[in-house]
Amino acid sequence: MPTTPAARRTRTFEEVDVGERLPELAIDLTPTLIVSTAIATRDYQDVHHDRDLAQQRGSKDIFMNILSTNGFVGRYVTDWAGPETVLKRVAIRLGAPNYPYDTMTMAGEVTAKEEVDGVGVLTLDIKGSNSLGDHVTGRVTLALPRAGPSS
Amino acid sequence: MSRTETDRRSGRPAEEQSLYERLQEFVGRPNGPVTSARDPVNVPMIRHLTDALGDRNPVYTDEEFAAGSVHGGIVAPATALQVWTMQGLRPRPSPDEPATAAEPGPMQLLDAAGYTSVVATNCEQDYHRYLRPGDLLSVGSTVESISDLKHTALGDGYFFTTLQTYRDQHGEVVGEMRFRILKFKPRADEAPAEPASRADRYPRDSAFFWEGVEQGELRIQRCASCARLRHPPRPMCPRCRSLEWDYLVSGGRGRVHSYVVHHHPPVPGREVPFVVALVELDEGTRIVGDVLDLDPAAARIDMPVEACFVSQGDRMLPQWRPRRG
Repeated sequence: MPTTPAARRTRTFEEVDVGERLPELAIDLTPTLIVSTAIATRDYQDVHHDRDLAQQRGSKDIFMNILSTNGFVGRYVTDWAGPETVLKRVAIRLGAPNYPYDTMTMAGEVTAKEEVDGVGVLTLDIKGSNSLGDHVTGRVTLALPRAGPSS
Repeated sequence: MSRTETDRRSGRPAEEQSLYERLQEFVGRPNGPVTSARDPVNVPMIRHLTDALGDRNPVYTDEEFAAGSVHGGIVAPATALQVWTMQGLRPRPSPDEPATAAEPGPMQLLDAAGYTSVVATNCEQDYHRYLRPGDLLSVGSTVESISDLKHTALGDGYFFTTLQTYRDQHGEVVGEMRFRILKFKPRADEAPAEPASRADRYPRDSAFFWEGVEQGELRIQRCASCARLRHPPRPMCPRCRSLEWDYLVSGGRGRVHSYVVHHHPPVPGREVPFVVALVELDEGTRIVGDVLDLDPAAARIDMPVEACFVSQGDRMLPQWRPRRG
């Protein structure tokens, strides 16, 4: 699958403003992606890798497991903020399933910025949508490094 | 027709009330024993996971970069908190628990009552610290809440919320997770187990209507005593109370009596906004349907429409299009 070259530099708390939008990230939902992420998260529920059984259970196809959705939310914000982002909290709500052959487009926005005991903490609202609607909506809290005293 | 017994105080059907009460007994109690991760946090699993996710953050896999980073060494993605204690393909019997549980847990109760399907709906994770290779996690789970019976798009079911506490090998809490699932009965019309026979595919009172739709006919129920039309189908004439009825085949032409433009919530497979109209048929009764091929801004009361039949999933639906004149 296509990956975003990870930035080696991490944004500082000071250079981010409330209202800043993250660049969108489109993720091709191939069967390989759905299955490999389910297995890599050790989730062997058949609905995530066996289409026949998924259909017997009333689903139109296999679909992404929630642990992987969590992983993509984490990847999306750290791809943007940089490798030394420290995630504090990820809260997600699932909607339309991520079925194979669809695309999930992730979008996000910085909704709050505050200093907590000297630590720069951001809140981001995240959304991942596919052709059926919103697959995931969520809120991420993270800490970024502070700008040096000279800047 | 049998009357359903209802609970006096809650108004719930008695059977539902009894299941609800039994479920509530589990709230605040441990949801199964504390379980240990099979393997410590380790680099090969981190690599598999970040490969699968396409996550190239070097703090997960590049030792040199990670050593110079805020973490001081390789760490696992925070969002993988739940991964380490997953049971995997062949769950081991728990050493802390007898092989046969003495009493059924909430999941078994729900399974037994027909709520056999599961879908995860919410996950809230708090990370106290990042996990490093060598950390050995254990997780304890508590039932936080179990909802009333809810009627959802997937089917009827109960929201089941648990609170997981993750500890490392020293007993220190490294993270917490609130996890909500819907434990539901798949909707009968969506369970494709075996193709239902025609007779039980539709409710008896409305089978004539749906069978008509399958053939491209819009059949409207008509009282056999007083000839009044009625829709949706039901057993008794609201005017003369006759139980005798037949139907006529509508010409499929009518006018918009009223309409709404649906913006929210999103509907799977549909692009919002779209128009849902109450159509007054030329024959003289009303029926609800979507108006296709219509810019919502152009929707008007009294606009002429005609019926069309579109397939949705494995069934046909009567809908509407604008008509000239």
